Amino acid sequence: MARKITYQQAINEALDQEMSRDPSVIVMGEDNAGGAGAPGEEDAWGGVLGVTKGLFHKHPGRVLDTPISESGFIGAAVGAACNGLRPVAELMFVDFMGVCLDQIFNQAAKFKYMFGGKAQTPVVIRTMYGAGFRAAAQHSQCLYNVFTHIPGLKVVVPSNPYDAKGLLIQAIRDNDPVIFMEHKVLYTMQGEVPEESYAIPFGEANVLREGDDVTIVAFGRMVNFASEAAAAAQKKGVHCEVIDPRTTSPLDEDTILESVEKTGRLVVVDESNPRCSMASDIAGLVAQKAFGALKAPIELVTAPHVPVPFSDALEDLYVPSVARIEAAIIKAKEYK
Amino acid sequence: MSRIHTLTMPKWGLSMKEGKVNGWLRKLGEPVAVGDEIIEVESEKIAGGIESPVAGVLRRQLAKAEDVLPVGGLLGIVADAEVPDAEIDAAVEAFNASFVPLSEEGEEAGPGTQTVEVGGRRIRFLKRGSGGEPMVLIHGFGGDLNNWLFNHEALAAGRAVYALDLPGHGESVKEVGDGSLGTLADVVLGFMDSQGLQAAHLAGHSMGGAVSLAIAGKAPQRVHSLTLIGSAGLGEEINAGYIDGFVSAADRRTLKPLLTQLFADESLVTRQLVDDILKYKRLEGVDAALAAISAALFDEGRQKTVLAELPERLGKPVLAIWGAEDRIIPVKHAPRAAGEVRVEVLPGKGHMVQMEAANEVNRLIDHFLS
Repeated sequence: MARKITYQQAINEALDQEMSRDPSVIVMGEDNAGGAGAPGEEDAWGGVLGVTKGLFHKHPGRVLDTPISESGFIGAAVGAACNGLRPVAELMFVDFMGVCLDQIFNQAAKFKYMFGGKAQTPVVIRTMYGAGFRAAAQHSQCLYNVFTHIPGLKVVVPSNPYDAKGLLIQAIRDNDPVIFMEHKVLYTMQGEVPEESYAIPFGEANVLREGDDVTIVAFGRMVNFASEAAAAAQKKGVHCEVIDPRTTSPLDEDTILESVEKTGRLVVVDESNPRCSMASDIAGLVAQKAFGALKAPIELVTAPHVPVPFSDALEDLYVPSVARIEAAIIKAKEYK
Repeated sequence: MSRIHTLTMPKWGLSMKEGKVNGWLRKLGEPVAVGDEIIEVESEKIAGGIESPVAGVLRRQLAKAEDVLPVGGLLGIVADAEVPDAEIDAAVEAFNASFVPLSEEGEEAGPGTQTVEVGGRRIRFLKRGSGGEPMVLIHGFGGDLNNWLFNHEALAAGRAVYALDLPGHGESVKEVGDGSLGTLADVVLGFMDSQGLQAAHLAGHSMGGAVSLAIAGKAPQRVHSLTLIGSAGLGEEINAGYIDGFVSAADRRTLKPLLTQLFADESLVTRQLVDDILKYKRLEGVDAALAAISAALFDEGRQKTVLAELPERLGKPVLAIWGAEDRIIPVKHAPRAAGEVRVEVLPGKGHMVQMEAANEVNRLIDHFLS
């Protein structure tokens, strides 16, 4: 029986296997080892939540602790990628993107285009996102939509341990800059993961459940909520198809459109704020390309347009819930 | 023996925890004979029929179409017409009162797959049953031990039955050496050594049939009998488009139409089946393994090795089972095995006949072995 490990272990294993396979892969970020070069314990942290722990001693000289300066070390990672390394840089919280965004969107994302296709920038930026950790407004946002807007970046949003490993291996082997979004609440999620290395291609949605009544497209942690809601709806006789695009850029439009052509109903579940989100993007796609198939208005289940609250009670209300998704499914199904 | 017989949700393969009822094939109150398919259920991976264990009357349909039940859950009741309703109701009540669905932990503790080193190669296998003359199940090209999920348990009722993943397949090592039938046969012989099996009944599906023939050629004393199912190695023709397509398919869209060629009933190719094969194909080393085996076994769309004469020299019982609508290896190969070969062709079934007509195939093999 296949072995079960956590999402966090799957990410660690992908890094470990790719570092073993390719000497040009390096890992860098704040406390990625923790205490390296200082007196006392080395590899004390392995990143703020321990995701990179153990790599420092296994791959000497290739796990770098950086200063608390995202503008500096993200820029260094992009530069190293231009010069033959395959850096995996950890931006501790995606909420800190603001201080290093130029290096990402106006440098890394543009080099191939600006240099006539002659430059490649094989950098991976791993970053933690999402609410539910009681970490307040500045450490809880869900910003994959911002990167998705930018041509030249690939954006990966794994929802489970199997996908996390295979997509991170693909990200490291990819020759373009990749933003790899890790939901902090998913780190403890268990799942079957092969011990061998494997890569999952970008732009290929995973269909978790097939059904004829309602299509649900969900991202990251919301995929698991959508599956739960679909199971609940099934008990009421409503058969949902649950689609996890896995990458928001490139996006597997065909799988989404083919499903809506079959079901005629769409619910999009997205933890981001609703304006200019993946939810609105998928709704736009379907309204434009599958309008004739729609039997009901498209339902969007998203966070409200407010910062993530620090209050536990309010944060729980902020994140889309299984009950809200189920209500949207039923509403779409019952629309006349 | 009780006069009341329960029909319960089967467990097809290690990962099955629940199944969905597709529909009843017999009406309430209808008489049924032993072996009649009464209800069709579906796991995440595949659908199949459940047979009546006894002759009697279908007295209760407790689950209805679309219901999802845990493994072991009560689907219906077969009993003689004269058994009073009150007695049946009491039996249902007693069943439900004592029924505990398999917990996740309980299942982990149960017998699962094991691994063993064979000549430096890690081989995964699953053993069911004990005693009797042992049997070894050998899957085909691109398959794994789960290809026997409808057969393994049934065949193990009277003997120890081993199913293994050949090198390059399933969860076994992906290194296949030269990928030849000889190499694969040596691995199976080494596996038999590791399990202390002096000799065994071999059942091979597709390429696994050719591997069984190669084993019989190398070490006839270690083979009690051969069961060749949709077998390679009996003629040159093979669906080269399938083989080449399977080796190169990299996504669901290209893989699914190929896999439908394996079955006469294409609806059996579920999303889960396609996903599982895609996951296997993406493992490091699988591409190279399949390419090596394919190069060793096939040349310009033909099978390189034909061992049809071998059964005659072997002088051991041979059973050939084929689906009449096999689109991978033509059914006309079935009677080509020389010697005293029993040939069974199942109408309306495809290459994966042991899955599509599991109950029938299990019965044929069981009868053949006894």
